[in-house]
Amino acid sequence: MNVAISITTISPDAPPDMHFGRAPAFLLVDTDTGQRQVAANPATGAPGGAGVQAAEFVIQKGTEAVISGSFGPKAYDVLAAAGISMYRASAETVDDLLRRYQEGKLERVEGAASATDKGRSQR
Amino acid sequence: MIVAVASGKGGTGKTTVATSLALSLAPHTPIHFLDCDVEAPNAHLFLKPEIEQGIPATLPTPVIDEGACSLCGRCAEVCQYHAITQVGGAVLVFPDLCHGCGSCVINCPEGAIREEPRPLGMLESGHVQAALEFAHGILDTGQPLAVPVIRQLRWWKPPHPDVLTIIDSPPGTSCPVVDTIRGADYVLLVTEPTPFGLHDLRLAYQLTQEMHLPAGVIINRDGIGDAGVLEFCADHDLPVLMRIPLDEGLAKGLAQGIPLVKLRPDYLSRFRQMFKMIARRRKEPA
Repeated sequence: MNVAISITTISPDAPPDMHFGRAPAFLLVDTDTGQRQVAANPATGAPGGAGVQAAEFVIQKGTEAVISGSFGPKAYDVLAAAGISMYRASAETVDDLLRRYQEGKLERVEGAASATDKGRSQR
Repeated sequence: MIVAVASGKGGTGKTTVATSLALSLAPHTPIHFLDCDVEAPNAHLFLKPEIEQGIPATLPTPVIDEGACSLCGRCAEVCQYHAITQVGGAVLVFPDLCHGCGSCVINCPEGAIREEPRPLGMLESGHVQAALEFAHGILDTGQPLAVPVIRQLRWWKPPHPDVLTIIDSPPGTSCPVVDTIRGADYVLLVTEPTPFGLHDLRLAYQLTQEMHLPAGVIINRDGIGDAGVLEFCADHDLPVLMRIPLDEGLAKGLAQGIPLVKLRPDYLSRFRQMFKMIARRRKEPA
């Protein structure tokens, strides 16, 4: 399973970031092989539409599950439409998060952080 | 002639100046007053126009014909604002990210995208007096895009060669201000004589330089702060056209929506004198 965790700096040792769209980077983990890769988030400084762009980015990377502190409404809609599961980052380190994830102890995120303007699904 | 009243910093007195300039020159000069500060229009509080007309301000926003869409992803690829994305078997449109550029419509190979007007706000117009026409734009609460409303306001009420257009600009130096002061013959920069005022005046002045627009400064709340603004103006040959002192009586009256020239009629002639100066300045070769 390919899991993406939002992290606070472009480093494999960075702690989890509490926001998905504008997180500086993602730690991409293949939980089957244990392989880890850090990818800078192209949307971190986007003037607008960061959530959509970050979601497109992790989808492109073949992610199947995302762990972050919170997901904005647009990021949530895009990830949900792509069938990607979202989990709440409720631990201090990525190792703890991954362990809890594999034990099935992470809370599933159902709904965006604030649904001010939900994307209009047209299909 | 078009005179725009701008500032870097907000709350410096743009509307105080713009409305009093208009009231000083009308009725002798026919005036068209445009409040382009669509995020917080407030000139009507001073001018109290009778609103006669109103039209919605809209932005063309894509709507996808699901039957015709082949899920090629071209629209999402060309959208610079990430307003369209295609994931799996779905095309998602986020209208509030859309800038209405039309790239998705032009690039769709299936002709599956049409545009529908999305309401952003309202444009209203009316009269303050026979020779003083008024119009403003009102951006809906929660809408992030001020520029399309400003552009539509300026298209709706285009400048006329025989009429003096006075424009009340939004604060700052970003896109809404650029669109507001574009085409102005003169920009009045209202500031306060404080380090904060100077910081933002410098940015606003750089913007007028970049846009090749002649500018002059009005210092409001004069008597506070320091000499920084005056020194900056002297160093950059930027004329200080008027200084309005900080005065509790003025502040109280303005807070009740009473125009400066009604509170202090001596400003009528000061604004007229100032306008003569900038009209002359405009005729000088650059």
